Order: sequence, then structure tokens, then C-alpha cells
Amino acid sequence: MAEPILEVKDLVKHYPLSQGILFKKQIGAVKAVDGISFELMRGETLGIVGESGCGKSTLAKVLMNLERATAGQVLYKGEDISKLSGAALKAVRRNIQMVFQDPYTSLNPRMTVGDIIGEPYEIHPEVAPKGDRRKAVQDLLDVVGLNPEYINRYPHQFSGGQRQRIGIARGLALKPEVIICDEPVSALDVSVQAQVINLLEQLQSDFELSYMFIAHDLSIVRHISDRVGVMYLGKMVEIGTDEEIYEHATHPYTQALLSAVPVPDPAARANRDRIVLEGDIPSPANPPSGCRFRTRCWKAEERCSTELPLLAVPSLDGAAAHLSACHFAEERVLTTV
Amino acid sequence: MTTVIEKQQATDRLAPGTPLLEVRDLHVEFKTKDGIAKAVNGVNYSVSAGETLAVLGESGSGKSVTAQTIMGILDMPPGRITSGEILFRGQDMLKMTNEQRRQLRGRKIAMIFQDALSSLNPVLSVGYQLGEMFRVHEGASRKEAKAKAIELMDRVRIPAAKQRVGDYPHQFSGGMRQRIMIAMALALEPDLIIADEPTTALDVTVQAQVMDLLAELQAEYHMGLILITHDLGVVADVADKIAVMYAGRIVETAPVHELYANPAHPYTEGLLRSIPRLDQKGQELYAIKGLPPNLLKVPAGCAFNPRCDKATDLCRSEIPALHQVLDRNGAELAGRKSACHLWKETLHG
Repeated sequence: MAEPILEVKDLVKHYPLSQGILFKKQIGAVKAVDGISFELMRGETLGIVGESGCGKSTLAKVLMNLERATAGQVLYKGEDISKLSGAALKAVRRNIQMVFQDPYTSLNPRMTVGDIIGEPYEIHPEVAPKGDRRKAVQDLLDVVGLNPEYINRYPHQFSGGQRQRIGIARGLALKPEVIICDEPVSALDVSVQAQVINLLEQLQSDFELSYMFIAHDLSIVRHISDRVGVMYLGKMVEIGTDEEIYEHATHPYTQALLSAVPVPDPAARANRDRIVLEGDIPSPANPPSGCRFRTRCWKAEERCSTELPLLAVPSLDGAAAHLSACHFAEERVLTTV
Repeated sequence: MTTVIEKQQATDRLAPGTPLLEVRDLHVEFKTKDGIAKAVNGVNYSVSAGETLAVLGESGSGKSVTAQTIMGILDMPPGRITSGEILFRGQDMLKMTNEQRRQLRGRKIAMIFQDALSSLNPVLSVGYQLGEMFRVHEGASRKEAKAKAIELMDRVRIPAAKQRVGDYPHQFSGGMRQRIMIAMALALEPDLIIADEPTTALDVTVQAQVMDLLAELQAEYHMGLILITHDLGVVADVADKIAVMYAGRIVETAPVHELYANPAHPYTEGLLRSIPRLDQKGQELYAIKGLPPNLLKVPAGCAFNPRCDKATDLCRSEIPALHQVLDRNGAELAGRKSACHLWKETLHG
């Protein structure tokens, strides 16, 4: 297997909660990301799934160093980038780029497409010398399937899918090695989503990119990912290859999540084994003790409230033997069609 | 007093299968500064008591505008109903006076909106907003209304309803707020509920809870349900029949099983093919080419023709009628219609 390009070790991001106007004192913290470790290999796509509030977007921001990590390390090719600043940070950021969820708010409406895609070159002039920039931007437009003549248009002249292509072109401008996609297709119409997914896959093989693909649509994540990580309340609860997660999930939360996804096949309606979870996600400011999923879990016992389950390989056979953070990890036979 | 109303409503319940709502050849347009946008161009569909009709379409397909017109909450102007009929239990609602329509709204037809946070009033407690239904429509006292509100919150399974009746919308989670919206729609036990993307803003585990609740309550009261969505998964889970909309028209209607097994319109076929399937991993996904049309300049002929692989000259010049779909032996397939000149090739080819 290829070597890891990004290594995340015990990453923590807490947002302090303070009280008082003049004399602010910290009364707690929102534990958005609370001790996450994983590796992203060169050329692979790692899907991250989880419900809103589980910390997946915060994770992306911390990896990009848009938010400072509270603790832990992010190693890019062996170098810890979580504490870098100034010129060193700028140099690393060239190699890690991001594609945002909302193509309507992530593009400046007063800038032309050429300026938006070319802006990264202002910060990293070494990538494209001044005279070549227009040409470079036109090439990028061509790469993402837009007409290079559109270079002087404004974002409002494009549809949602086309705007997302502009966002992708901007992400590609500095020839990065890692692209973090935060819900890149969830704001798009169904018939346009497939076009953008195909484009991302095409670019990955053309430019040998590594993707971290954050999404809540589990079928799209399965399609595009080599490995998938499942997050719940700031923790990674299970991680493995797409087959290990989708066919041999051992964590109860993953099982519930998978069973809750509506299947686009009415024939499967009758014989589906659906786990409907009770209640909502607890607040990340005050997460349950022990296992964070225990308040909604049907397997929870005394031990779950006292002992935090570690992300480890359970002693199970075959594909079930992958990282899972549950004291009672076991496969559940889901009814298939 | 309340018991009298309950009894009256119980006898007024329609038997499952009774025709409830029929939309006939509805046209709605909007005046914009760039011209007239034809949002709905001749929509026909019907719902019976106890039935779930899913209206499937992308943004701009006219699915929500149709719903707002049925509900009578379309902004006019800029909107304008140019022709058509909406029959509710045989009576054309478009010919009713505002007062008559107000009587139906909430009591007979209720709506659930996508975004519960912006649909609820942030400065009034949920109990007050739920109770309003009873105060306004049934002249209930404050005390009665509050008791009713608690009962409703219990029915949609909001924990500790008695303690939470005085809470404000921001104090509830997204799933709980959507339950309150459902409770509000159910309050007067209407015959028909229109749910416009009721779970789009929710997470999948919460979506499952809310859809289950809706299905259960529907079965209990034999309500008709119009479910507006773009999610092919949700539709497959709950719908009895489906109407697929594109650029303001119904392009295909069919019972749910038949539509997924064997679509008769290239747009439906394209949508179904673009869902990632297990055996396609590592391959390119099927994608419908191009973009949804601009409603100010809908293509001539079939609106889908620029994106269709099968399009012929006929498709580029003539708008296809909604054809009755026949099987290979020429027998009519019940409830199946397709607005495609080439439906035979699509269905049987």
C-alpha cells in the first residue's frame, strides 16, 4: 500500500464557552472534535460520514489549519503542520486545498471567474508567472468542463453545478496533492450530482489527487471512497474499507445509520430491517460519559457509561476485523433483497 | 364541546380510496423583470383518501408552486393562475371565495413545510402556536387550547410534552421542530396533508423517525398525503404512486413499483440510472447531460429534449401529450402515463 500523505493523531478541537461580559470566564467547551486519529494514503479517497453536529466539517477546517487544533498533530508527509504559521504554513497550504459545500456563497459575486480561479496565484506567484496566468486559468476551466471563454463572466451567470466546477477549478489551481471536499454535491440537483462526481473521479486519476470526501449521502460516499470513516459526536467510531463498513459494520451507530438510509427500490420496502434510533444527538458541549453513543444505543450496558471504548480491531473473523470503537462490536445480519 | 367536534369529525372521515383532490390542467406563471416565467404548464394529478402521492422533481420543476396553489398561499402577484381547476371533494377551490378557502385551510387541507425553524414564529411558544389552531377554528378557550396542544405534542411523541409546551421553537432540535410542524398540520385532523420536502433538512436517522411517524398517523386517519421531494430513496420507501415533474409539466405518472422497475420516460430513466449502485463502483456514473432549463426560455417541443439521448426532430418541435402507457400486448397499464413521444421505446426497448 502507498505511504500516508496525511496522518492525523489524537486531534482535538474544543471551542470554549464563556460567561460574563467584563470578566469572561470559561465555563465549558464544545467538544467538536475530540481525539481523532486516521491516515490518508496517497491517491486514495477517504469518505467521512456522520450526522450534522458530529464534527466532520470542523475536522476539515482543522486539517486546513483554518481553525487551530486544541491538541494533537496533523502530519503532512511526516511534518506536523498543525502548529505552523506564516511562510511555512503558506507553503504547506499550497498542497492541501478545499472544495466547499455551497457554490452560491463560496464564490465572491463581485469577482469574475478568471479572478476567482486566478486568486491563488496572487499568493503563490511561483506556480504561474504573471504573464501565464490567464492561460493557466483557461486551461483549468477546460479541465473542469467549462468553456474557457467564460473567463470574464461573473458567478451569477452560472448554474449551481457550473459554480461547483468553478470551485473545483480554484481548488486545483495550485496543483495540490490533497483536496478536502466538504459536502461538494449536496447543494446540487440530483441530475447534476452525478456529473460533478464523475468530474472529481476523472481529476483524481489525471492528477493523482488524494481526497478527503465529507458527505452525508452514504450511497455517493460508497461510490467514490476507497475507505470510509464514520463519526459520531466528535469521535471516529468506525473506519475501514468501503466493503468493511457497508457490508460488515460492527459498530451499532454505523448499523443504524446504514439501515436508516432510504433505499431507492420500492421492492425492498417490505423486508427491510430498519433500526430507528430514539432521540437526537446529545450536545457536544456535554457529551455522555463513556461511549458517546450509549444514550441512543440498544446494546448499552453498565460498562458503556464508565469505560470509553477505543478505536481498535475487535477479535472477529474476516471483513468484520476492522477498526471499531464499541465494547460489543459484532456484525449484524441486515436483511438484503 | 370538544367531544362533540371529535365525534363529528370521526363520522366525517372518508373511507380509504375516496377521491379527495384532483388537479386539472393547472397553469401558473410568474411575472419577473426578465419576462414571464411559466412555472406550471398543465399539471394533472389526483389523490384519494389514505393514498400517498409523491411528486418528484428538481428545483424549478414547479412541484412546490403546484402545492402552494392547492393550498392557496401562492403570492399573487407576481404569481398568476392562468387556467385550470383544483377539485377538492368535487368542488373547484379556485372558484371559492377567500373566506371559503380559509375554512378549508388547516381544517381540511394542511401543509408541512421544509424548514421548520423559519416556518414557526420565533417569539411565540410552540404551545401557543399549536393552540392557535383550536382557538381560531373551533373557538376553544386558552385553557382548552393548551390542553389540546399538549395532547398533540404527545401524539407526535415529543418527550415531556407537559413541561415543554411553553418552550420556544429555538429550544427544540431540528427533528423535534419538524414534529411540531406535523402536529400543527394534524391538529384539526385534515383530509389531506401536503408535505413539501418535510425531511430534507434533517439527518438520516431523524428522517427515518419523522417519515415513520407520518406514515403511522396517515394510516390511522386515512389521510391523503402529497409528498413533494427530490429524494428517490424517500419516495421508494413511502409512496403509493408517483408523479415526476420537469419544467412545470408532469412527465410521467405511475404506481411506485412499476416506475422504479420500468420507467416510461427518459428523464425518469436517467434519474434512476444516476443513483450510484454497488456493481458500478469504480466506473463512471451515468449522468444526465446538460442543465435543468431556464423557465424564461423553455426549449421548444419537449422541454427535456436538449438533455435526452433519444431526442428526434419530433421532440424538438412538438410538445408531447401525456400518453396512456400500454403493455406489449396493447393493454392499458393502470395509472401509467408518460409525456414522451418515444415512450414505447423507453418502456419496452
